[in-house]
Amino acid sequence: MESFDIEVQRLTKRYGDVAAIVDLDFSVRRGATVALLGGNGAGKTTTLSILIGLLVPTSGRVTVLGEDMLRHRYRVLHRLNYSSPYVDLPHRLTVKDNLTVFGHLYQLDGLRARIGRLSEELGFTRLLKRPFGSLSAGQKTRVVLAKALLNEPDVLLMDEPTASLDPDMADYVRAYLQAYQARTGATLLLASHYMQEVERLCQDVVMLREGVKVDQGPPHALIAKYGRQTLEDVFIDIARKRRRPGEAEDVPPPPPGKPVAGNGGGTRSREAT
Amino acid sequence: MNGSEGVAGAARWRAHAPHSALSWQRAGAMVLRYVFLLRSSWTRIIEIIYWPTMQMVLWGLISRYVLTASTVLHQAAGLFLAAVLLWEVLFRSQMGVHTMFQEEMYARNLGHLLISPLRPIEMVSALLAVSLLRTLISAGSAALLAIPLYRFSVFTLGLPLVAFFANLMMFGWAFGLVLCALLLRFGFGAEGLAWAGIFALTPISGVYYPISTLPGWLQPAAWAFPPAYVFEGMRAVLLKGEFRADLFLAALSLNGAYLAIGVGLFLFTFGVARRRGLLLQVGE
Repeated sequence: MESFDIEVQRLTKRYGDVAAIVDLDFSVRRGATVALLGGNGAGKTTTLSILIGLLVPTSGRVTVLGEDMLRHRYRVLHRLNYSSPYVDLPHRLTVKDNLTVFGHLYQLDGLRARIGRLSEELGFTRLLKRPFGSLSAGQKTRVVLAKALLNEPDVLLMDEPTASLDPDMADYVRAYLQAYQARTGATLLLASHYMQEVERLCQDVVMLREGVKVDQGPPHALIAKYGRQTLEDVFIDIARKRRRPGEAEDVPPPPPGKPVAGNGGGTRSREAT
Repeated sequence: MNGSEGVAGAARWRAHAPHSALSWQRAGAMVLRYVFLLRSSWTRIIEIIYWPTMQMVLWGLISRYVLTASTVLHQAAGLFLAAVLLWEVLFRSQMGVHTMFQEEMYARNLGHLLISPLRPIEMVSALLAVSLLRTLISAGSAALLAIPLYRFSVFTLGLPLVAFFANLMMFGWAFGLVLCALLLRFGFGAEGLAWAGIFALTPISGVYYPISTLPGWLQPAAWAFPPAYVFEGMRAVLLKGEFRADLFLAALSLNGAYLAIGVGLFLFTFGVARRRGLLLQVGE
């Protein structure tokens, strides 16, 4: 029998008359890596925020590790973690102090060794005594990722896990996450705009547009379904409300002087990559 | 990366008591976080000591001048100094709560904290503990400095000083938590209120004069807040040498109610913030 670490059922979040997400349904199998994809305002961050308990939905049900997150989130918070370049750590505290505080919040054993190992693996040992605020964006991303891995979470939620990293370090972090998952059997849910990252890491993709799930499936299946060659083309098709091959298009007018990406595979964006 | 550890290796780091409703270790982690902050910033440490010292120096000099003309003050030379030092206890205790909370907002760290197992009530405990620490440092250093400068020791108040201190701390905590709730709900738009709020109570707290000095219609408002009882009690000790247990108990009862309101409002606002998505929006 399949077991799911994350189950989202008919999830809706409204701010007054504005709907951030509407009737969202998806599940994430234990040990899988799934991506939430969508343009700005598609509802990715809202969904992640509800999953980690920072936001209460208007209606619907969210279950993580078998617990109802709206009623019993404290039963599972010690088995979850979250990484986002958009939520900071205190700037004045050193990297080590920050990780120490969070280690105590998760009531971890062997904290010093844990911090030492993570800093070594993510390549920031020499930064441990530096104030977090003095780090570069890429260095901060690695430290925030270390914070998210401190408690070796069973479910790891990530918003743009490789934002601000150079290609070499981004590649290292992706390999690290894959190894982490292989070692611990953790479930990973990420929101990302890096399509190559999604194709490499994820077994399944949930495509969102304006708060509504418009499609779901493995990256290669979505690429085939939309008659495209890359996931980025699929993303653009969905964002621009283009139909699949054979369906009528609903394309917004192109910017003046710019060619429209065609429907036969050779899109501008793909040529650029 | 060590792939040989296997899934069982994960449990090695895990929590020992993850489901406990209140964890002193988690609350202690937050106290540690604030101690790290103070340790990293000498300007913050100086700020803790600077203002109460300045207040004490100013009012010490005023007292010296007034002493030459006032019989009442001859009888209780330290009245103003005791008042200013006790007022600092109230001011610092409320400030100790809301400035530490503001630090989290400035740092945009609330999101990380609240997805950890830290519970809001543990955050409240940490804020109150740090407030006590800051107040002891700030008011304590000013009180000690007054001894060589003016030959006045607030510690001569004896045990009543503990009663005054405890009551003012409690009211400061309650007031600080209400300010935190306002900051959480209205963001940095409420920052000005947080800094100035306590001063609105100064005129009716009877810090430097008896409550009977106030117009009759204003006196019930003064008695609705614990500081009025504390400062009347202070004057009773200094001028008449008696400890008014009735004033102490009245202040304590009111403080119980205000503290319950403060904690309740803080926790309620967290719920509102989770519904409105405010926890991810706070920042500079």
